Amino acid sequence: MDCNVSEALVGPRIEDQLPASAAAAVKVVIVGGFGVGKTTMVGSVSEIRPLTTEEMMTKAGADVDDIAGVERKTATTVAMDFGRISLNEQLVLYLFGTPGQERFWFLWDGLFEGALGAVVLVDTRRLEVSFDVIGRLEDRGVPFVIAINAFPDAPVYPISDLRSALDLSATVPIFDCDARNRSSSRDALLTLMRYLHSLTTATPEPQ
Amino acid sequence: MSDGPQHEGRKEWEEGGPERLYVVTAGRSRPAEQAALDLVTLIVSRSAPASGMQPEHVAIIRMCNYPLSVAEISAYLHLPASTVTVLLADLVEGGHVEARAPIPAAALPDVELLEAVMHGLQRL
Repeated sequence: MDCNVSEALVGPRIEDQLPASAAAAVKVVIVGGFGVGKTTMVGSVSEIRPLTTEEMMTKAGADVDDIAGVERKTATTVAMDFGRISLNEQLVLYLFGTPGQERFWFLWDGLFEGALGAVVLVDTRRLEVSFDVIGRLEDRGVPFVIAINAFPDAPVYPISDLRSALDLSATVPIFDCDARNRSSSRDALLTLMRYLHSLTTATPEPQ
Repeated sequence: MSDGPQHEGRKEWEEGGPERLYVVTAGRSRPAEQAALDLVTLIVSRSAPASGMQPEHVAIIRMCNYPLSVAEISAYLHLPASTVTVLLADLVEGGHVEARAPIPAAALPDVELLEAVMHGLQRL
C-alpha cells in the first residue's frame, strides 16, 4: 500500500474551498486563558470547522527570552485553533485563538504582525490571566476589546467594576459575550472593528 | 462550556516530530531570502505537480488549486507553520505557486478595509 502523502486526499473539502478570486486576508486574534472559550468563539462564527496549526516551542526558544520554566530540550508543539470568514469575494478574515499565558507569548510575534486587533476573552473566575494579556497587548500596541464570556457558575460583576479591576482606559470596549452564540461572537468582532474604526478616524489627518 | 481540545500533547506527535520536520525541509529551519510568508498569506497553485517533487510539495500544489492560507496548509499537512513556510518558499521560488500577501495593518488599519470587514460580518 502506498502511504505517500501525495496520494492521500489532503486538503480542504470542496465546500471549504475559497473562491479563486480570494485576493487577500486579514486576521484577528482571540486571546485568553485555557478553557475560556477561544475555540468555542472561533467555531461559532467560522464558516469552516476550526482547524489547528501548530508551532514548535524549541524553535522560538532561540530568539525569545521569556520562556523560563518551559522545557527546552524536547520539541513541544503548541496548537492554535483557527477559523475563517469570507467577507466578500476578495477578502477573507481569519480568526486565531491563542493562549494568553506568558509561556505561549512566543507565538505572538508572527501572529500579531499585521493583525487588525484582538478580542480578549475573559473568564471572571480567572481574571489574573487577563491582566498579563492586557499588559502585553498594550506593550505591543495591539488594539483590543474585552469580551466577558458568560459562564453559568462564574461570578457576575458589573462591567464598571471589571473595567476598573482590569485597569482599562475609558475608551476600551468591555462587554458581556456568549462565545457559544454565533451572533454574540460576531458582535464581539464587530465591536472590535468599530473600535478600530473610531481609533483610525480619531487620528488627526493633515489638512 | 468546552474550549475544545487543547493540544499540548498531540496525537500527531510522532508524525510532526522533529526528525520528520528536519527531513521534509532538508534541514532548513527558515526559508531562504524572500518576503516572509504570514499565517494568512494566501497560496494558489500556478502549475501541476512535476515528477520527482517531494510528496509535501506535491500535496501543497494539489490542495492549493483554490486559494488557501498558510495556516490551513499547515493544518491539513499536520506540519508546523514554520515548516510549511520553508516548503512554500521553494514552491514560490520555483514559480509553482503564487503567494497573495495579507493586507498589511500598519499602526492602524485603513478605514475602507474596516468598513469592508464590518460589512462582511454584518451579513453573517
